[in-house]
Amino acid sequence: MAITPEEWEVIALSLKVSGVAVAGSLPIAFGLAWLLARRRFPGRILVDALVHLPLVLPPVVTGWLLLLAFGNTGPAGRWFSETLGITFMFRWTGAALAAAIMALPLMVRAMRLSIEAVDQRLEQAAETLGASRARIFSTITLPLALPGLLAGMVLGFARSLGEFGATITFVSNIPGETRTLPIAIYSALQMPGSEADVARLSLIAVALSLAALVASEVLVRRAGHGRAGHVL
Amino acid sequence: MEGLAMSFDVRVERQLGDRHITASFSSEGGLTALLGPSGAGKTSVQNMVAGLLRPDAGRIMVGGKVLFDNEKKIDIPARQRRAGYVFQDSRLFPHLRVRDNLLYGWALAAPVDRWMNLDEATRFLGIAHLLDRWPRTLSGGEAQRVAIGRALLSAPRFLLLDEPLASLDPARRDEIMTVIERLRDDLKLPILYVSHDRDEVERLATTIVPIGR
Repeated sequence: MAITPEEWEVIALSLKVSGVAVAGSLPIAFGLAWLLARRRFPGRILVDALVHLPLVLPPVVTGWLLLLAFGNTGPAGRWFSETLGITFMFRWTGAALAAAIMALPLMVRAMRLSIEAVDQRLEQAAETLGASRARIFSTITLPLALPGLLAGMVLGFARSLGEFGATITFVSNIPGETRTLPIAIYSALQMPGSEADVARLSLIAVALSLAALVASEVLVRRAGHGRAGHVL
Repeated sequence: MEGLAMSFDVRVERQLGDRHITASFSSEGGLTALLGPSGAGKTSVQNMVAGLLRPDAGRIMVGGKVLFDNEKKIDIPARQRRAGYVFQDSRLFPHLRVRDNLLYGWALAAPVDRWMNLDEATRFLGIAHLLDRWPRTLSGGEAQRVAIGRALLSAPRFLLLDEPLASLDPARRDEIMTVIERLRDDLKLPILYVSHDRDEVERLATTIVPIGR
C-alpha cells in the first residue's frame, strides 16, 4: 500500500488548491457574512441568493459559467490575465477558483451564523467604555466570532478537497496541474484493474477530511477561551 | 467633582414602535432614581443619556456638559460621553478574564482622566481574588461587582446603574446595595439609577423621578 510519487503529487496539488481557495475566498466570505448578518440594504435577498447559488446549481453548470466568465476570452478572464497576469483555464489556479466558488456558500453560512451569535449588547457595553468601532470589531466582535470563522474555513477546506464537477468542467483533468484527489479517483475508476488505486486514493481522501475536522476542533477549543465551542 | 452644577438636567422624548417615551428631570448631585413599572421606558431614558439611543427631541446635560441637544445639533457619541454604565445583565466580555474586563475601559481612557487604578477598584469592591477568573465562573453578585469595577475604571464622569440588583438573591442584593451607597457617598459621582422597586429606591436615592403613568 505504498503511496506512489504520482499520488503524492495529487495530494500536494489538492492541498495547494484547497488552501489557496480558502485563503483567497476568506476575506470575501467574511465580508459577505458580515453584510448579510448586520446590514439591511436593498438587494440583500438577491445577494443572499447569489451566494447560495453554487450550493444548489448543478456543479457542471457552475463550471460552464466559470468557463464563460474566466476562460481566456471571457471578460473576467481577460481582465485577470491583462492586469494581474493570472490565467485560470486548464491551470491549478482555475481549480482553486472553482473550489473557492463552491466553498463560498458553506463559508458564508458558518461565518454569518457566528457573527449573528455575537451579542450586540456586548458591543454596546464596549462603546460606553470608550471603544471606537474599529476597536469594538477587533477586540469584541472578531474574537467572539472566531470559532465560527474557523469552522467556516474548515468546512470550506473540506468542501474544496472534495470539489469535482465544476473543476473538471472548467479546468479539465491534467495530471500535475488540475488532477486533484477526486479527479484522480475518477480517472482511476475509468481504468480496468485499478481497484487498489481507487481504494488507496479514497482512503487518503477520508484521512485528509478527518484530519481537517480534528484540527479544526482543536483550533476552536483553543479559541474558545474557556467557553464551550464546536465546529459542526 | 462639579458639585455646584446640576448633575443631571434631562428632557427627552422618543417614539419606539407604539410607545412614546418621555422624561424630564433635573437633580443636584447624589443618586437620582428613575422609578416606574417595567415597560415604562426607564432603560430607554438611560440609553439616551448613555448615547446608545438617540432621542427624537430634547436636551441632555450631565455635570454642566451638554451631551445632546437636538436644537443645537449636538450629539456626542457614546464612546466620548464617559458614562460608567452598569447594565442589568452585567454584560462582561466572556472571552476576557476578569482582569482584562476591568481594564478594558481603563486602557482606552486618557491618562489624565483616570481617577482610579486597578488596585483601588479591586479593594473598593473586594474582587482582588477574582482577577484571573473567567466571567462565566462568577456568581451573580461577583459579576455585578466586576461590572461596577469595569465602569469605575473607565474614568467616567457619571454612573448609570440599570436595575443592578434585579438578578441577585436577597443576601447579594444587600451586599451590592452597600457598594452603591459607598459609590454615592465616597465618590461624589452623579449616579442615574433605574429601578421598579420602591423600597430599594427609597433607601438609595437622593432624588426620585417617577417614569410612566
